[in-house]
Amino acid sequence: MKNTIDRCGFAAALAMGAAICLSGPVSAQETFKVGIVTFLSGQAAQSFGVPAWDGGKILVEKMNAGEAPAPYDKKGFGGLVIEPVVIDEAGGATTQVQEYRNLVQRENVDVVVGYVGSGDCLAVAPVAEELKQFTILYDCGTPRIFEDADYEYVFRTAAHATQDNVGLVRYLKATGVDIETYSGINQDYAWGHDSWADFKAAMGQIYPDATVTAELFPAFGAGQYGTEISALMQRRADVVHTSLWGGDLQAMILQALPRGLFQRSQVALSAGDHSLPPLGDNFPEGVIVGARGAYGFMAPKSELNDWWWKIYTDAYDVMPVQAPYRMAQALLGLKLAVERAMEANGGKKPNSEELAAAMKGSSWESPGGRIEMVNGNGHQAIQPIGFGRSMKNDDGHIVLGDIIRFPARCVNPPADMKGIEWIEAGFPEAECE
Amino acid sequence: MDLALTIIIDGLIYASWLFIVALGLTLVFGVLRILNFAHGGLYALGSYGAAVAVSAFSGWGLGGWFSLVAMFIAALAVAVIVAPVIERGLLRFFYGKDEVLVLLITYAIFLMLEDVTKMIFGVDPYYVFEPRNLLGNVELGSLFYVGYDLALMGLALICGFGVWFGLNRTRIGKITLAVINEPEVSQAMGVNIARVYLLAFGLGVFLAALGGAFTAPLISVQPGISVSVIIVSFAVVIIGGLGSIPGAAIGALIVGLARSFAVYEFPEAEIFIIYLVMVAVLIFRPEGLFTPVKARKI
Repeated sequence: MKNTIDRCGFAAALAMGAAICLSGPVSAQETFKVGIVTFLSGQAAQSFGVPAWDGGKILVEKMNAGEAPAPYDKKGFGGLVIEPVVIDEAGGATTQVQEYRNLVQRENVDVVVGYVGSGDCLAVAPVAEELKQFTILYDCGTPRIFEDADYEYVFRTAAHATQDNVGLVRYLKATGVDIETYSGINQDYAWGHDSWADFKAAMGQIYPDATVTAELFPAFGAGQYGTEISALMQRRADVVHTSLWGGDLQAMILQALPRGLFQRSQVALSAGDHSLPPLGDNFPEGVIVGARGAYGFMAPKSELNDWWWKIYTDAYDVMPVQAPYRMAQALLGLKLAVERAMEANGGKKPNSEELAAAMKGSSWESPGGRIEMVNGNGHQAIQPIGFGRSMKNDDGHIVLGDIIRFPARCVNPPADMKGIEWIEAGFPEAECE
Repeated sequence: MDLALTIIIDGLIYASWLFIVALGLTLVFGVLRILNFAHGGLYALGSYGAAVAVSAFSGWGLGGWFSLVAMFIAALAVAVIVAPVIERGLLRFFYGKDEVLVLLITYAIFLMLEDVTKMIFGVDPYYVFEPRNLLGNVELGSLFYVGYDLALMGLALICGFGVWFGLNRTRIGKITLAVINEPEVSQAMGVNIARVYLLAFGLGVFLAALGGAFTAPLISVQPGISVSVIIVSFAVVIIGGLGSIPGAAIGALIVGLARSFAVYEFPEAEIFIIYLVMVAVLIFRPEGLFTPVKARKI
C-alpha cells in the first residue's frame, strides 16, 4: 500500500514538474527554432544569400552567448537558445512553398525568417497565413506584399523597393547632378521593371523636364551586355540608371569599364553596394551607389553599427553589405519581439499570435538605423536609406564618399498609399528635413 | 549610318560568340544524332576552367598573352577529361535509341554537370578580366570597342573554317562524313566507329568549352551561366538546320543582328525577337535553313 502511495506521489511529482516546465518560465536549455531561408546556391547566393546568412550566423552566435550590446544583451531570445535551421531558397516559388511547409510542419520551427526573391515572398505569405505561422520576410523588395493584401502573421522588416529609386533621384538632386536626359538598363522581370517605373516616376516629379533616351531590359542572367552598352553610349544620356544586381551587375560594370560608359554618363546603381567587395579596386570611380538601406559605408555612426561591423569583418575578413544588414535587422527585431511577448505571457515561449502582437507596429534600432513597422497596418517596415559616390581613399582603395542619408519618411510612402501612387502624387506627407 | 554600323558591329560580336558555341552543338548532332543539352554545362566548365587556369598561370608569372594560352589549355583539358567520360561512359549505350530519350539523358547530364561544377568550384564568382585588356580599344564610328570583343570574330572564323576544313579536306574528316552517311558500311570497311564518335563528341565538347573559356573575361563566372547559353544555341542550330555548319553560321548571324537591332529599336522585345526569327524560319523551312541533304538509301 505504501509502495502504491509512493508511486502515486512520485508520478504526481513528475506530472507537476512537467506541467511547471511546460507552463512556467523557460528553462535555460529550451530552444527557439528559427527557420532561415536564403539563397545558398544559384545567381543570388554570392551577392545576397550567403553574406546574409554569414551575418545571421555570427549574430546568432553572439546573441546565444549574450555578447550583443544593450538592448540585445539578454542571452538568446529571452533565455531561449536560438537554434537556426537553414534552407536554400533556390528552386523557385513552388519549391519554396513545399520547403516552407516542411519547416513549419516537420521541423516545427517557431519562426520562419527568409526570402530574397520577391516571387518567393509573394508565394509564401498566403501559406504562412493559412498555417497561422509567424513569418518575417527579411529582404525581398516588391511593394505588392502589403500593398495588395493584408496579413496577420506575416511581417517584413525591410522597406520595399520604392525607397531605392525615390532616394536615388533625391540624391541626384541633392548633389547637383544636372539632368536633361537619362537612360535605364534593368533586368527583364518584375524587379527591373518596377525599379525603372519608380525611378521614371520620381524623375518626372523632381526633374520634370528630363527625357528618356533609352530603356533597356536585358534578360535576367544575360551575362553579355556589349550591345546594351553600345546603345547606352550612343544615346549619351546624362544619367544611366540600373537596378542590376549580382553577377549581372558585375558583368555589366566589367564590360562597360573599358568602353568608357562611366566617363560618358553618370551611372547610378540603385542597389549596387554588394559589388564593391568582389570588384574591389576595379570598381569604377564616380559611380552613385545605393544599398537599399543605410548600409555598409553608408550606415550611420553608432555603437551598434561599430559592433556589428567588427564582428562581421573579424569573422569573414570582408565588409558587410546590404544582405547581412537586412538579416541582422530582422533577427534583432525578432529578438525584441520574442522578449516582449515573453514579458506579456509570463516568460513562456511565445506562440505565433503572441509574436505577431509583439511585432506589429514595433520599432527598434538596427546597425543601419531605426526600423519602424508603420506601413502595411504595422507589418511593413520603413527605414532610412543612404547613397554615396565611389571614390578612392588616401590608400588608393575604392570606398564610398559624398554620403547622404534620407530619413525613412522622406523616401517611403505614408501608411495609406501605394508607392507608385505616392510618387505620382508628388510625395505627399514626405518629411525630408 | 553610325547607328547602322553600331548595330552591325554589336550583332557580329554577339553572333561570333554564339557561333563558337553553336558549332559544337551542331557538329555533335551532325555526327552522333544527339541533341546535346549538356552543351551548356560544358560551356560553363570551360569558363570555370579558364578562370582557374588564368589565375594559375598568373601565379606562375605567366600573365599577359600567356593567359590566352591558359584559356585554350583549359578548354582542351575539359574536352580531354570530360568528353570520354560522357561519351564512352554513358552516351554510347543509347546510340540508335529514340532521340527524345537521348535528349533526356543529355538533360540529366546537364543537371549533373551543374552540381559537379558547384562541388568543384563553389558558388562564389570568378573574375578573369585581365585577358580582355590585352588587345586594347578600337574606335569605330562614335564608339569605342574592346579589341578582345572584336577578336572573337576572328576566333569564330578560325573555328568555323577549322571544322569545315577538318571534315572536308582531311582523311579523318572524310571518314567521319562516311560514318555519318553510312555507319554500317563504314564499319564493314574497317572504320573504328567508336573512335570517330568519341573524336566528334570530343571536338563538340572542346568548342563548347572554348566558347566558355573565351567568354570568361567578359562575365563573372558563376552558377547559372550554362542555362541561357544552351537555349539561345538551340535557337541558332534550329534556325540554321540541325547538323549544318554553314547553317549554324548563318543562324548565329541572323540571331546576332536581330538581337542587336531589337536592343536599339525594340528593347523590350530583345528576347522575344530571337524566337520570333526562329518561328518565322520554321514556318517556311521546318527543317531549318541549311539542313544537310540526306542520301537516300535503297
